[in-house]
Amino acid sequence: MNSKIDFVGNRKWFFLISGVIILAGVLSLLVQGLNLGIDFKSGTRIDITMDKPVGQQAAQAQLEKMGYANPDVTTGGNGQIVVFQTTETLDSGKVEQIRDQFSKAFHQKVQVEEQKVDPVVGRELARNAIISVLVASLGIILYVTLRFEYRFAVAAVLALFYDALFIISVFSLLQLEVNLVFIAAVLTIVGYSVNDTIVIFDRIRENMDREKPKTWEELTALVNISIQQTLVRSINTVLTVVFAAAALYLFGGESIKNFSFALLLGLFSGAYSSICIASQIWVGWKWRSMQRPKSVPGS
Amino acid sequence: MKVRKGKVVVFSLLVIAILATVGLTTQQVIKNLTLGLDLQGGFEVLYEAKPLDKGQKITPQVLASAAGALQKRIDVLGVSEPEITVEGKDRIRVQLAGVTDPKKARKILGKPAVLTFRAPDGKKILMRGTDLAEGGAKQDYDQNGRPAVMVKFKDKEKFAKYTREYVGQPMPIYLDDQQLSAPVIQEPILNGEASITGNFKAEEAKQLAELLNAGSLPVKLKELQSYAVDASLGKASLQDSLIAGLYAVGFIFLFMIGYYRLPGLIAVVTLVAYSYLVLLTFSLLHVTLTLPGIAAFILGIGMAVDANIIMYERVKEEMRIGKSIPVAVKSGSKRSFLTIFDANITTIIAAAVLFYFGTAGVRGFSVSLIVSVLVSFLTAVALSRILMNQLLKANVLKNPGWFGVKEDEIGEL
Repeated sequence: MNSKIDFVGNRKWFFLISGVIILAGVLSLLVQGLNLGIDFKSGTRIDITMDKPVGQQAAQAQLEKMGYANPDVTTGGNGQIVVFQTTETLDSGKVEQIRDQFSKAFHQKVQVEEQKVDPVVGRELARNAIISVLVASLGIILYVTLRFEYRFAVAAVLALFYDALFIISVFSLLQLEVNLVFIAAVLTIVGYSVNDTIVIFDRIRENMDREKPKTWEELTALVNISIQQTLVRSINTVLTVVFAAAALYLFGGESIKNFSFALLLGLFSGAYSSICIASQIWVGWKWRSMQRPKSVPGS
Repeated sequence: MKVRKGKVVVFSLLVIAILATVGLTTQQVIKNLTLGLDLQGGFEVLYEAKPLDKGQKITPQVLASAAGALQKRIDVLGVSEPEITVEGKDRIRVQLAGVTDPKKARKILGKPAVLTFRAPDGKKILMRGTDLAEGGAKQDYDQNGRPAVMVKFKDKEKFAKYTREYVGQPMPIYLDDQQLSAPVIQEPILNGEASITGNFKAEEAKQLAELLNAGSLPVKLKELQSYAVDASLGKASLQDSLIAGLYAVGFIFLFMIGYYRLPGLIAVVTLVAYSYLVLLTFSLLHVTLTLPGIAAFILGIGMAVDANIIMYERVKEEMRIGKSIPVAVKSGSKRSFLTIFDANITTIIAAAVLFYFGTAGVRGFSVSLIVSVLVSFLTAVALSRILMNQLLKANVLKNPGWFGVKEDEIGEL
């Protein structure tokens, strides 16, 4: 059986494309950074949900009238949600004033969600998330090394890092807001990415046991076939999960839009990285280790 | 081979039993779920405990007693099922579902409420709130009809001694750093009772009396984070996410049946069981369901189906190389098992690490991840096999088309 698609033959392209994406992401992170939400800054965020849409400028004007200079106002959900962020810590009295002002000025009932944060907590959470990803990676490397081999383990973890970096890069490039929920999305993807990679690696291992390839051609053919054998599964699984994430994005309401978008990105990236990064890193590495004994005559 | 009707009946009964259980009890299960503040409205605040005075150390005991004092104060607010959790070395998180007036809640929760009776210089402390008798504070009115708080001391003698010592002089009364009043002592007070007047309304005096009875906080509380959401907004979020969930599940079901045919139908039954069992586990473990939690749950349905897909693809592969349906199903499920196992163990490792290092929100998330992986093992692997085996034994699985395999795809063995 021959593979219809030569995945391994195109590995240079995959590495190039992925490299460019990551480079762009890192540049964007260095230049414009992330659009950090209130969770990582100190101050107050007030989400005002209106019955009828109001323009951003109209909302801004109301806040200016109340004495807030150049208020940071964004609108969402067809202009029905007004988000006001400030580095000040507003006490409840002020929040109530704003509620009354909006309710009076626009003649409607308004609903308010307020969040006040000291950045210590947000920073801690981000730090904990990074530590968790690193420790989880170690755990995964250990497990996969025990059950498979360390080359699979390292390749799977590199793909995982790629996925996490990819989502973060896109959020930096598009300047989408990064909050605690975003971290949860990245962590979900980390779990999903490894899961996806292991399924392909499991098939490669099974075929390796049977075929015992000797040459580069045999090895690449084996990897190509393994990818192809699991391709329908990869596509179908991504499809079902994408259904779920897309439904959340479209119907799940304003507050989890970014979360669902991050998941959608990560699902595609996870499927891509399993095939085009993890498997390709492994095949190159494996081949080098297979050549080594031959290059030393007499051993 | 003859069709064995008995096995078909067992299969049908199993399916009916599953669907009936789900249909009849889901409402009850959902009612018992604990919803997060973002879904039902309420007020949440994270405090950092700081020493009242320099020498004090924030020990776990001090934190626990502060949490106890907060609990008593919440009883004053009359909130049902408050959640008070001690986090880390010096944090206390308070979650009050259904509280819509964060202003009032803050006032009652965060105040140290240390009451002191001081010497005329305003510095030396004579009596403290801790000297009050149990439940010794109540709201009342003074001779001029102004709202006041009456307090009663445990140790009458001590108070009598001080009032004798400072007779004719003022005895300032402080709440925290604020002077409430400085009444001049007309004559020694022997019955251990005192009246505190301030510039307060009856309602405020009542609140102060309740605060004093609840006891002062053993620490200073600094607000690190707070969150308040209107109940109607929470309800809307819940509704939105449920609608999204219905669409997601609908799509997944259609896709599975359309692509995998009969096994797809079995997958749908196992997914129904999966969703039900996950919700049931949430309600039994009292996992608080938040908006991201629901999102993770919906996503989890998509991921649980992965186990079905891995198995069915394997079975189809075995059929394509010419194996008979029963043989293909058996070897397909056997061979896919380790794949599913390894892939899921890595997810559990990741989730367990998240639980260990994560704070409240992330923890809830990792619990739901672990629960969904474990349950999906039970349903997508075990239940799915049981159902499939019944049909195999019944000898009704004859047409490869039922598996979505075309005749011309099947090669020779």
